[in-house]
Amino acid sequence: MPIDFLYPEYEVIRDNTRCITCRVCERQCANEVHHYDKELNMMFSDESKCVVCHRCVSLCPTRALKIVKTDNTFKENANWTGDAITEVYRQAGTGGVLLSSMGNPKPYPIYWDKMLINASQVTNPSIDPLREPMETRTFLGKKPTKVEYDQKGGIINNLTPQLDLKVPIMFSAMSYGSISYNAHESLARAAKELGTFYNTGEGGLHKDFYKYGKNTIVQVASGRFGVYKDYLEQGSAIEIKIGQGAKPGIGGHLPGAKIVGDISKTRMIPEGSDAISPAPHHDIYSIEDLRQLVYSLKEATNYKKPVIVKIAAVHNVAAIASGIARGGADIIAIDGYRGGTGAAPTRIRDNVGIPIELALASVDQRLRDEGIRGNVSVVVGGSVRNSADIVKAIALGADAVYIGTSALLALGCHQCRSCQTGRCNWGIATQRPELVRRLNPNIGYERLVNLVHAWEHEIKEMMGGMGINSIEALRGNRLMLRGIGLNEKELSILGIKHAGE
Amino acid sequence: MLREGEVRIPAGCAISGIIAKDGEKFNGEDIIKSISVMRDRSNGLGGGFAAYGIYPEFKDYYAFHVFYDSTKAKEDCEAYINKYFETVSMSKMPTRQMKEITDEPLIWRYFVRPLQYTLFQKQVAEDEFVFQSVMFINVNIDGAFVFSSGKDMGAFKAVGFPEDVGEYYRLEEYEGYCWTAHGRYPTNTPGWWGGAHPFAMLDCSVVHNGEISSYDANRRYIEMMGYNCTLQTDTEAITYIIDYLVRQQGMTYEDAASVMAAPFWSTIESMPKAQREKMTYLRNAFASMLITGPFSILVGFTGGLMALNDRLKLRSMVIGERKNKVYIASEEAAIRVIQPDLDNIWAPKGGEPVVIRVNGGAL
Amino acid sequence: MKRIYVNEKWCLGCHLCEYYCAFANSGKNDMVKALKNITINPRIRIEEHNNVSFAVSCRHCEEPLCVKSCITGALTIKDGVISVNSDKCVGCYTCILSCPYGCISPSDQGAIQKCELCVKNAGGSPACVKGCPNKAIEWVER
Repeated sequence: MPIDFLYPEYEVIRDNTRCITCRVCERQCANEVHHYDKELNMMFSDESKCVVCHRCVSLCPTRALKIVKTDNTFKENANWTGDAITEVYRQAGTGGVLLSSMGNPKPYPIYWDKMLINASQVTNPSIDPLREPMETRTFLGKKPTKVEYDQKGGIINNLTPQLDLKVPIMFSAMSYGSISYNAHESLARAAKELGTFYNTGEGGLHKDFYKYGKNTIVQVASGRFGVYKDYLEQGSAIEIKIGQGAKPGIGGHLPGAKIVGDISKTRMIPEGSDAISPAPHHDIYSIEDLRQLVYSLKEATNYKKPVIVKIAAVHNVAAIASGIARGGADIIAIDGYRGGTGAAPTRIRDNVGIPIELALASVDQRLRDEGIRGNVSVVVGGSVRNSADIVKAIALGADAVYIGTSALLALGCHQCRSCQTGRCNWGIATQRPELVRRLNPNIGYERLVNLVHAWEHEIKEMMGGMGINSIEALRGNRLMLRGIGLNEKELSILGIKHAGE
Repeated sequence: MLREGEVRIPAGCAISGIIAKDGEKFNGEDIIKSISVMRDRSNGLGGGFAAYGIYPEFKDYYAFHVFYDSTKAKEDCEAYINKYFETVSMSKMPTRQMKEITDEPLIWRYFVRPLQYTLFQKQVAEDEFVFQSVMFINVNIDGAFVFSSGKDMGAFKAVGFPEDVGEYYRLEEYEGYCWTAHGRYPTNTPGWWGGAHPFAMLDCSVVHNGEISSYDANRRYIEMMGYNCTLQTDTEAITYIIDYLVRQQGMTYEDAASVMAAPFWSTIESMPKAQREKMTYLRNAFASMLITGPFSILVGFTGGLMALNDRLKLRSMVIGERKNKVYIASEEAAIRVIQPDLDNIWAPKGGEPVVIRVNGGAL
Repeated sequence: MKRIYVNEKWCLGCHLCEYYCAFANSGKNDMVKALKNITINPRIRIEEHNNVSFAVSCRHCEEPLCVKSCITGALTIKDGVISVNSDKCVGCYTCILSCPYGCISPSDQGAIQKCELCVKNAGGSPACVKGCPNKAIEWVER
């Protein structure tokens, strides 16, 4: 049908005066955009297949390639945008649910960018992190309400299990299956080197990675894939995944085509069968059920591991978090609506959930109002893009952050948002051996370590500027933030003053 | 202009303290002389003193020193006190009229004890009830502010230079075994007497020089524990943290200091095992009570005095000793002016608490 | 001594090493000028079969058969690097026959050519290593 024809959104521009027909673009494109014409000794491209992953652009040795947004346009309309029209055509043609990858791309407010950080002037000194100790070590877990002394006056260690982080940055859950073996290896090795944690996601844990167990958080999600005793015992903490910022209220679906070899073994399901995670946990229909699962997992691991409960930031997040804090969880992870995903229904990704900044502020305040902030640590994710976002998150009240998309970018992801196709040209969101090979973990882990080190330096610089030399003195220190361009309601939810106040 | 508590006002300061290790009592003249030397460190917008052992005749009663903005506030507050407390003595605070001290509120002093019946009915300890009552009055009774509430001790403060404040309160007429003093240099005009230091709760009084960068992290955590930081000052938050750690958690002042000015992790790593485990525990469990940024504080309590600097020692503080007396001040000059011959003088390290207990804690 | 090592596990068969090699030894300062509209004749070659690929270039053997077999003394080993003096080379190709790795090839200029670790060209360090996008070719001490 001609109405189904959609002009490609992006165009591949080749500068033929520069092209030396080395054909690297052709060899490296899993979408087969480029081909070589022998007769004309020229490269041609078919942009309708292009996902804009920039693999060819990055590898072209003579910079002969670039991708540009097309100037082909519908008759302009602020309401019926090109996207809106295109999506109707696509659905009218297929009758299907639209799928997308990565986080919510819509132009909703980004509150990180509407908060400014303080610095010391005169009345107290800023601190130079190059000259003075600057501490970022963070413990996650429940804090005791009462210090206990033995008969000799010594303190009895009554702490429940804790996670000890050198930096308050962890890699968020991405399953083996949704991302490649090499991506997992990169994350695991980086977590070990950095003294932090990565998260298995709901895909089990490959036996090769058991050796990184001290830096691993194992996830238990609604499909329970790969969950068994050894798995639970391998990790340093167990995360119960209730929801995900990109698709709150929705389960997961890893197509059977990706359930091959080790993935099938690790997930403990037959090769070729679809791995479908139900929308809810079918043993958790209420908060008291969650409590039972928390304690089942604690019981199964001899109360030696903290339990994290991960939820998506939804309207009632503060009350839900309060319930979780009373439900025996040691750590609450909250995922904002900009959190990434390998695949989600587009409408859900773009319209469900709330910003992590507001969710964090209200959860932290609610837990304090109820006097139970010490019961749990709070970890936030869902588009933490840089070190300033982290400083702001901690000042709002977070104990640590989860980074997912940023970590993938460090590994080479170019945000083409086509993970669901399984043809990731960067070797991340794919299981094809020839593509997986493109991510060399020796490079990948080093880049993750570099990224976190760079952020750590910047966090320390910003802390020093505020005259703070230990991260716990920044936690919940909202006086260190001022809003810019926010209304009274937003300021009151964030619990901060406006710039100039 | 917003009043203290409606706005957060940073301040630089001078502090001074004297304690007699054997409990010998002496009047307020020395401490006034000491703090007056550091006049440059204050700007006339706040001064105050705390003295211990000054009310031996009422030593079993809580001495409430109260500022009132109006007689209405006084009536409301006294109605509250009469409802829950037995009052053995009440009077206007003895003061001296002088041109340097103006805009004075009504200042009253009460010696009180909670009614046994009330304690039984509410099932709380005596000190906890007094604490809650002071909080209640300060937050809920408009125009009333209890600025001192301990037994056998008292805080005296006002807007003005500290030496004038000392004279105003006739401190030469009081005798105590421990005195602390404070001269304030706020960066704008609070104009309210409640904002001056020391800040006192029960028998714990704090004078503080500094501006802590952890303020809001500390405040929001301590408020969760039932404290109400109405003044938005560092001193108030620090006092409540000490009250929480020492009175509520039963810690020693030394352990409380290890929480507030915790050693760096690098230092902790090099400690012997038992100490390392203890410090790791304290830093983890009470992380939100770590205080960063510059401070030097003197914490007065029944039978003792603690001096503590922030862990980087970003504020000056020296300690001198002569026979039975220990002198602590922001500047050495403030010690030498009252005791030129010292047996010993040193500057304590950042984060290292110096705790002096009268008769080794036997008081 | 630092040598070139190739790890077939990470080789993508992208052939970029060949182009970087050809450019490095072209004597030109622009890749387009050097390689446009020519068939390159690099000193490193990707060998591929099924899904396995790896780059092959001179191993710089400690006891090199090519040097032993060279009838004119054009091939010499110095500091572990085997290089060719094209003025002396008569093009007999005995070295090509004797190299067990197939790493020597006829040059477009008549003599033979082989990898000389970019010591003679402007690169300074092996261009194939710098150009490999996946660190499949490494120049390291082992």
